[in-house]
Amino acid sequence: MGFLDIKNATKSYGAVKVLHETNISIEEGEFLVLVGPSGCGKSTLLNMIAGLEDITSGEIAIKGRSMNGVKPAERNIAMVFQSYALYPNMTVKGNISFGMEMHGMPKEQREPRIAQVADLLQISHLLDRKPGQLSGGQRQRVAMGRALVREPDVFLFDEPLSNLDAKLRVDMRTEIKKLHQKLGTTIVYVTHDQIEALTLSTRIAVMFGGYVQQLGTPKEIYDDPANMFVAGFMGSPSMNLFPAKIVAGANGPAAEVTLQAGQTAQIPFANGAMSSHEGREIILGLRPEAITDKDGADRNSQSVHIVECPVEVTEPAGSDTFVVTQIGGKDVTGRFRADVNVKAGETFPFAFNMEKAVVFDPKTEDRIR
Amino acid sequence: MSASSSAKSGINFGRYILYTLLALFCIYYLLPLYVMVVNSLKPLSEITSGGMMSLPQELTFAPWQNAWSKAQVGVEATGLRPYFINSIQMVVPAVALSTLLGALNGYVLTKWQFRGSTILFGLLLFGCFIPFQIVLIPMARMLGLMGLAGSVPGLIFVHLVYGIGFSTLYFRNYYAAFPTELVRAAQIDGAGFFTIFWRILLPSSGPIAVVCIIWQFTNIWNDFLFGASFSDFDSQPMTVALNNLVQSSTGVKEYNVHFAGAIMAALPTLLVYIVAGRYFVRGLMAGSVKG
Ligand SMILES: Nc1ncnc2c1ncn2[C@@H]1O[C@H](COP(=O)(O)OP(=O)(O)O)[C@@H](O)[C@H]1O
Ligand SMILES: [Mg+2]
Repeated sequence: MGFLDIKNATKSYGAVKVLHETNISIEEGEFLVLVGPSGCGKSTLLNMIAGLEDITSGEIAIKGRSMNGVKPAERNIAMVFQSYALYPNMTVKGNISFGMEMHGMPKEQREPRIAQVADLLQISHLLDRKPGQLSGGQRQRVAMGRALVREPDVFLFDEPLSNLDAKLRVDMRTEIKKLHQKLGTTIVYVTHDQIEALTLSTRIAVMFGGYVQQLGTPKEIYDDPANMFVAGFMGSPSMNLFPAKIVAGANGPAAEVTLQAGQTAQIPFANGAMSSHEGREIILGLRPEAITDKDGADRNSQSVHIVECPVEVTEPAGSDTFVVTQIGGKDVTGRFRADVNVKAGETFPFAFNMEKAVVFDPKTEDRIR
Repeated sequence: MSASSSAKSGINFGRYILYTLLALFCIYYLLPLYVMVVNSLKPLSEITSGGMMSLPQELTFAPWQNAWSKAQVGVEATGLRPYFINSIQMVVPAVALSTLLGALNGYVLTKWQFRGSTILFGLLLFGCFIPFQIVLIPMARMLGLMGLAGSVPGLIFVHLVYGIGFSTLYFRNYYAAFPTELVRAAQIDGAGFFTIFWRILLPSSGPIAVVCIIWQFTNIWNDFLFGASFSDFDSQPMTVALNNLVQSSTGVKEYNVHFAGAIMAALPTLLVYIVAGRYFVRGLMAGSVKG
């Protein structure tokens, strides 16, 4: 039993099931990120934890106490909304103290806590302003202050950074992470931004179509995706996924791929993997950083294989150059060092790090191990 | 060059026509007010001698005093004052209650939707468009049963029932654009149903409240049919009393007194528009843009 337990929780609106049986258990102090494209049910699950939406079936428990039927105010949670949801008619101070006031805390006890939180978030000079007089970043801080001051068991965040501009978003991301490290509270955080998920979380639940596709640490999710959706959704640029066939090569099983000109190439799997799947049509997954120029390849890898591929496009991106070729009719992007002299139209040796290769079934899109 | 300057003079010419037309309309609409004001300040002899349009030769406030406290209204010579007070006693609670209930309805219909809430709203809207005449007899029976027949509270009740449809419509559309996340944040903060209404929604409802108040005030103050149907002599509103003043058949028709009385009857609505008119337009705009 964990600190926050979600057991077989589902949600239906009428006949439409928007969240299928979901099981997640996290420990105290964890930072769980729910990530997935718009409409996958992230906010629904978060609102169920908050008590703002009923649970159709299943159970959600915090600290071992079932929350089914418990009002939001009595769950000892706090929430930060995407729109910040600051009360427009109250000052910043009024906003922060409203929750404590509603919970019947006397004014003398509220004041020092407001001061403490305002100090922590550096908003002390804004306390007498109305939300309409604040910038986006300041509103964001006030919204966090309103949540922090309650000292809840669980913090819930629903896309808190998506209304900020790119620069501020990165800054606030770092601040949220610092805050979590400092306070050590349990956080459930919803985002559609996979980078936010990877950078902030201790664990990630990748969601799609009302299902949790995979639950794991950022490293597990990134290196060991459970299916093609997770592989394609997490990481930027996203993982290359291209058709291949498992054949018996000279040095054990290999992936046979079709290059642009129609000729084929064989890339052996690492450590004789996939030996039980010979003859099978597959989708091969390799992240851009596992497809490099020869000198840029991972020196610790035992399984780097060079294939001459025709270069379609090069995209210099400062620190790296992304080089695109075609394999099996799909664009495949490699991440080359910036100073490699490679030109579109010529053929160039690509280094494939097969230790990082993942294999999927083209029909079910699930992982083959 | 020449093309653009001729286009410009074309625009100017168009403008002149437009302004002239607007000025004419303005005079057309203001003329009755002028007639009423000047004639209420003349002795009766000046009017009967045919000088309706001219300014008073001898300025007098006697018609106003007459209309207010001396003129024969119905059977007694009380002037319009008691009826003005009746109207105030009717309009203030009716406007306040219908606005408040409309706000509460709008809050429930947008933020606490339940099965059938859309249908309920449809029915309320339908209520706005039921012609007054249809409800006269059932309402008279209802008021009788409730013991409110022929009283000011009875009139308040009638106007309240009729007003709720429109006030609900106003507030529902306004609150539909009010972020639901605010309500959810307040729920998590521990605020209950009424606390959220009082502390979060109502303080942000200024513009639409002004629209609603002006609308209800004008309608209820100016109502004649309900006033004539459901009141007794001592509970008649201003509109009905004004009619009685003008219609009273005893003696000569004191037009100057009638004019003064009519202005008195119109003054409160005029005042409300002047004080709150700016907000009225602003509120209507806010509702239409957001809703
Ligand atoms: N009140 C509702 N009635 C019906 N369907 C809803 C309701 N709220 C959300 N949904 C549906 O549930 C799905 C998940 O929504 P949501 O959890 O908001 O997605 P997101 O992952 O973008 O936060 C969506 O397909 C949405 O259309
Ligand atoms: Mg969402």
